[in-house]
Amino acid sequence: MSVVNVVLAGLGGQGVIKASDILADAALRAGLDVKKSEIHGMSQRGGSVTSDVRFGSRVLSPMVARGEADYLIVLAASEVEVTRPLLRQGGVMLAPDLIPEADLPNKRSLNVALLGALSTYLEISAEVLLDAVRAALPERLRDVNERAFELGRSRAGGAAGASGVGHSGTPAGG
Amino acid sequence: MDRQLLSGDEAVALAALRAGIALGTGYPGTPSTEILEAFDVLGGRAQWAPNEKVALEVGLGAAFGGARALVTMKHVGLNVAADPLFTAAYTGVTGALIVVTADDPGMASSQNEQDNRRYAVAAGLPMVEPSDSQEAYDFLFRAIEISERWGIPVLYRMTTRVCHSKSIVTPGPVVSTSRPTPHFEHDINARVMIPANARPAHRRLRAKLAEIAAWGEGDAWNSVAGRAPLNRVEPGGTALGIVTDGVAYLHAAEAAPEASILKIGLVNPLPVERVRAFAAGVARTVVVEEGDPVIADTLLAAGIAVEAKAEMYRFGELDVTRVRRILARDVSPETPPARGKPPELCPACPYHAVYATLKKHDCIAAGDIGCYTLGVLPPYGAMDTCVAMGASIGVGLGLRHVLPEGEARRVVSIIGDSTFVHSGISGLVEMAYNPPPTGHVVIVLDNGTTAMTGQQEHPGTGRTLDHGPTNKLSIEGIAEAIGIPSVTVIDAYAEPEEFERLLLERLAVPELSVIVARRPCILAAADIRRWEQGAAEIRAQIAAQAAVCEPGAGDR
Repeated sequence: MSVVNVVLAGLGGQGVIKASDILADAALRAGLDVKKSEIHGMSQRGGSVTSDVRFGSRVLSPMVARGEADYLIVLAASEVEVTRPLLRQGGVMLAPDLIPEADLPNKRSLNVALLGALSTYLEISAEVLLDAVRAALPERLRDVNERAFELGRSRAGGAAGASGVGHSGTPAGG
Repeated sequence: MDRQLLSGDEAVALAALRAGIALGTGYPGTPSTEILEAFDVLGGRAQWAPNEKVALEVGLGAAFGGARALVTMKHVGLNVAADPLFTAAYTGVTGALIVVTADDPGMASSQNEQDNRRYAVAAGLPMVEPSDSQEAYDFLFRAIEISERWGIPVLYRMTTRVCHSKSIVTPGPVVSTSRPTPHFEHDINARVMIPANARPAHRRLRAKLAEIAAWGEGDAWNSVAGRAPLNRVEPGGTALGIVTDGVAYLHAAEAAPEASILKIGLVNPLPVERVRAFAAGVARTVVVEEGDPVIADTLLAAGIAVEAKAEMYRFGELDVTRVRRILARDVSPETPPARGKPPELCPACPYHAVYATLKKHDCIAAGDIGCYTLGVLPPYGAMDTCVAMGASIGVGLGLRHVLPEGEARRVVSIIGDSTFVHSGISGLVEMAYNPPPTGHVVIVLDNGTTAMTGQQEHPGTGRTLDHGPTNKLSIEGIAEAIGIPSVTVIDAYAEPEEFERLLLERLAVPELSVIVARRPCILAAADIRRWEQGAAEIRAQIAAQAAVCEPGAGDR
């Protein structure tokens, strides 16, 4: 499997790093080679954050070269144009306007919703990605995040979403 | 053991635990901080020192006693620890001493991008450098092997991308290595560096390095216990050969899949003869290294016809794009990186009132290193200098000594609590010893944590690395003991007008003042309350046990 390059972007405190941890864990669970890289430190103080995740049969550099991201997931509207040059020609941008805020079960679950949207494009199955979501977040937030993940899947246009991957979906509960 | 996704820092911690490191010590500094935190979580004995110099000395003592010790710091921390480091190279060690230096090319969170491979050359110490988390794990065992075999401290160089990137680690089976029980043996000639002993010690150091250099040309190329060899060649075509180290190796392997690659994990001493043979077998040899041309300079001095990168690539991190440009000898201007939103003081940061006051009264602020350095950014722009840990006090004093009185009276020094303990105390001693004619005002911003690096403990918090209780250093007590006549503790966030009044009063008089602006970091406040509660319970338990154990306690 050739290397898939994903860049996640947003502002400090939005869950960018959490989302990239989940995606990288999903790749690990899928048996792939994976690397993930971001800059810690100053970015924790509300500034811009980007995190690179690369997975495939064999990954060398931990960083996604500028203009070579296959997928760009952006959690803050203000970061969309700033980060657009990271995307390759024909790459897929998943921006916050994809997910209507009113439909989100919890505002803070935008990161998981966009991972749901991404899952419709990936060879990694939605079940594996959702397993990684469950493993990374506290039990009490499981329902909220599963609903956010499904919302993201329903809003995205990737082939894996259209054809379905056998994930039964979780009924929205209380 | 299973595959794990670990950062380089976590991989070092896991290796340290499995290699029997008896003590890990250091001072927090991005990107090295997580090593000791992870070592503690895994069950290792880890502690924060007040600064890197003390950490290295504690590690050295442990290694004199025959134990395996790990000392961690960021690149600029090694400047602080350089004094003991250079002479520890002479004394050598009985156990093992591994000193992690985590460099920050590109300065993601640092004040400079010095290349600490130079330190290995200057101190005459072997330096091991991993490229990813698997090597960060594997190479630590090799570093310990070198340290124990030659009785020498080993520098372990990492960089931001190696420390913080996560990649897969397969730890492999634990190979037990014999570890003698720590004990002390007198060895005055080796450990007491008076000139008569230091002269032969210097010769011993150079003899050890010559042996390690020979090992670097030979055994360092072999795999041990299934772990990656320190140095290796990945054969490819004969048109292009690349000599590389650290994370630059990964960028190079991706940028030039057709090239032959000589990858160096023992960056000092370099395997010069191996490189000479490698270069002879390819038409063109390019050195791809981040930072200074350390490897290229050494190879060129040895008469090997390698090509160094263009000067423009000395600055900042490398990536695949930049390595492609280096190989293409492309020196055209680069596209500047995307500039997003800069960081800022948290909205509820207790320091807003301090910076608003400094700006309002046009103070000349000698600043320091930490979150509060963000006071330099809009809207305040209320910091005029920032150089090194603790420098605010000395720099402020120097300004006070020479500026005309009107300007001198506006000079303040701003320093955080952890930075004050790290290296501000001796600045305060200088202030008491050589007071400027106009006096001086030092503001200690005490938010009760080492906030910038992720809320680590320090001696002023009264809690150890794992947040358990210990002795608590009093910043105001220290200031008073040094002889500062005016020492005031205030919550500037709760009482901004009172803070302004106090500051203006202290600036107006030719006296020495310390103002401790104390309020917990908003990000750490909840944790601090929890830890304090836990610490109080532990203290109560200890007190209860002491009452029971003390003979005659029941008689009173």
